[in-house]
Amino acid sequence: MKPPPFEYCAPTTVDEALEHLAEHGYDAKPLAGGQSLIPMMNFRLAQPAVLVDLNSIADLSFIRPTDDGGLSIGAMTRHKMVEKDPLVAEHAPLIYETMPKIATSQIRSRGTFGGSLAHADPSAELVCVSVALDGEFKVVNKQGERWVPAKDFFLGLFTSVMEPEDLLVEIKLPPFPERTGWSLMEIARRPHDFCLIGVAAVLTLDDKEQCQDVKLVYLSAGDGPMEAHQAAKVLKGQAVTAEAIQAAAETAASEDIDPSSDIHATADFRRHLAKVLTRRALEEALGRAKGK
Amino acid sequence: MTNQFKLSLTVNGNRYEREIEPRLLLSDFLRHELGMTGTHVGCEHGVCGACTVLLDGDPVRSCLMFAVQAHGHEVITVEGLGSIDDLHPIQQAFWEAHGLQCGFCTPGFLTTLVPFLEENPNPTEEEIRDAISGNLCRCTGYENIVKSVKLAAEKMRA
Repeated sequence: MKPPPFEYCAPTTVDEALEHLAEHGYDAKPLAGGQSLIPMMNFRLAQPAVLVDLNSIADLSFIRPTDDGGLSIGAMTRHKMVEKDPLVAEHAPLIYETMPKIATSQIRSRGTFGGSLAHADPSAELVCVSVALDGEFKVVNKQGERWVPAKDFFLGLFTSVMEPEDLLVEIKLPPFPERTGWSLMEIARRPHDFCLIGVAAVLTLDDKEQCQDVKLVYLSAGDGPMEAHQAAKVLKGQAVTAEAIQAAAETAASEDIDPSSDIHATADFRRHLAKVLTRRALEEALGRAKGK
Repeated sequence: MTNQFKLSLTVNGNRYEREIEPRLLLSDFLRHELGMTGTHVGCEHGVCGACTVLLDGDPVRSCLMFAVQAHGHEVITVEGLGSIDDLHPIQQAFWEAHGLQCGFCTPGFLTTLVPFLEENPNPTEEEIRDAISGNLCRCTGYENIVKSVKLAAEKMRA
């Protein structure tokens, strides 16, 4: 199928874009990379009356270090740019590891960092990883701006806290504390497909190499990024032994996630995969945390 | 706000100006407005790769772009890689190594592989298979495609 007719504008500044969004409200949709929105429009699952094309707003594409050693990324920065930037490798290694796992190279030529987050697809790697990293999102509208922590940003399936007149413009990622390791594990039948389930792990050790803090966040495991709070409780303050890892993995798989059954996998199989991937992710994160 | 857009872009080195609806996809613009039917439409949702073209040198899904978004940009389609009398080394390689059968997926493979080989002049088999992850082929089973890429790399290194 082809998309139905719509009105189109291509503002060159954020203020111009905000004017259009404020004027049209629910009738308008911002167009970022289009790699999620345009397929939906091709299927007529989405039929915005007005499309506000953000691709001419140069100010929204940037990668900069922040004063605290973290990273700030503009919402319209192409995945491909983030994938190749040495600043990302240095200041946000989990993001650096995540980027090549997003879809395929052709998608990453157009897809944007902020677009993926704003779309709030629970099967998106960046949605999951931004929560694992305690990212912060800058949302603006004609009235002003606000910073929203990643864990508060996602409300449900394809739903974020953003209103029709809002625009996501910047994402801030804090630096890792000392002795922190990370991992992103996914599994899919074909490489680069949407995964059956995935997990991002961030593990910080104290000076006795026990777990000081751990974040386990799952993709394709529920209505949004699923943070494993029960599994984290199992690990915190404990020595990170094989038994502790296994206990955390089992807790996460049985208590913290809510995967569904579809033509690709049953919920039970997804839970099993979650258990296996959690163990592998924690092992990798542990190795990296010790290596620092 | 507009319902008709005056589009101006470069395709395969030539400048084109057309007045089009914003909803016209780049894939359909190339095929119907410009008559360049080398770019194929398979899935219309970005997974098969048959519609891949180069936008300012980067491989993109032309079914996931509106033609108006290419305003002021440079597009290269399979027609721009070479001609029947002057094949691109990668086209020559696909021919010699039997890297195509029905040919439907082939333009998408070629446009994807040109920047890949320019950046990776001596790829391993694993790197090749990873690079073609975004292109589906129903005929070949990919074996001869991989052989074609290796041969293409050899030709391009020479």
